[in-house]
Amino acid sequence: MAAPDATLAAYDSKIEGNVVFTKLDAAINWMRKNSLWPMPMGLACCAIEMMAAACSRYDLSRFGMEVMRFSPRQADVMIVAGTVTYKMALAVKRIWDQMPEPKWCIAMGACASSGGMYRSYAVLQGIDQLIPVDVYISGCPPRPEALLEGLMRLQRKIEGEHALADQKKELVEDLIS
Amino acid sequence: MTAADLAQSLAKAFPEATKLQPEFRGEHTLEVRLSDLLAVLQHCRDALGFDSLVDLSTVDHETRLPRFDVVYELYGMEHHQHLRLRVLLADEEECPSACEIWPTANWHEREAYDMMGVRFANHPDLRRILLWEGFPHFPLRKEYPLAGLPTELPEVAFTRPAPMADGPFVTSAGGKDAIAREPRARPQRAE
Repeated sequence: MAAPDATLAAYDSKIEGNVVFTKLDAAINWMRKNSLWPMPMGLACCAIEMMAAACSRYDLSRFGMEVMRFSPRQADVMIVAGTVTYKMALAVKRIWDQMPEPKWCIAMGACASSGGMYRSYAVLQGIDQLIPVDVYISGCPPRPEALLEGLMRLQRKIEGEHALADQKKELVEDLIS
Repeated sequence: MTAADLAQSLAKAFPEATKLQPEFRGEHTLEVRLSDLLAVLQHCRDALGFDSLVDLSTVDHETRLPRFDVVYELYGMEHHQHLRLRVLLADEEECPSACEIWPTANWHEREAYDMMGVRFANHPDLRRILLWEGFPHFPLRKEYPLAGLPTELPEVAFTRPAPMADGPFVTSAGGKDAIAREPRARPQRAE
């Protein structure tokens, strides 16, 4: 089938609307923030709220975050949902170390943020003692709306990152030289 | 056979090694001499039909000598009766493992070792089960503070004492009314 006359021209008016000029940082951040794949670290009752947030009523997929990855190698953001005991902390740290950069962490609920009501020898008093946390969500457990809010705050945080300059230093230097 | 009959028959079979304790709310308890423990347990399973070890627990009496109780909760699937056996154990003594008699004793004994530091002789795999490998304390012993003690195992794990704020948040059983029994922050006892 022959192409219509219009596409033969050097200037294609149909493509014009699909070209966007932007900064590379902004483009990378935009792609990252809209496809945050969570690593669900469900350790207690917060995990139930996290599951509710992923299901149809609250529907995390509206924000590109529904792809719960149970392999840390495919995940971008770890949602630590629940009480982190010292025994489990070893596993949490190990999984966090296996996640590729760039990665983010959300401490969901009182226990993950501060140990919560578990003032005990057995419980790590906040996951931030072990791994860097980007967003803390209060609540015991937080409602799904709170988790959504936390994830959207994380999106806002990602918007402000200097994705290329900070994370791809060697690539930028290569391009310049 | 009722639990009382079973307890009586066990006391008759081992008159030297067992001591019948007072019945409490239909629960029957025998105190067993440590050296005869395995023979008594074997007899309970084979002759008295206690084919299930429901639980194995430990009690720390701190100042009493010998210091620990090891408590066996037995149940028979055929006669539906419970029986409790208790053995006294000093700090440096080892309790014989009941794994050969009831395989379920394996994890119960690991837990008793993990939390109370009671050692079991001839246990096939006496490792920690709830706390991380290398943890240096036994947290259910009375001298161990609720908040925990700082520990550090470089490159592996660490533990920090939990902030107690105004003491642990606990209920007081036996308070005169609901207000007194309500959970409240109570200061820890002085060490």
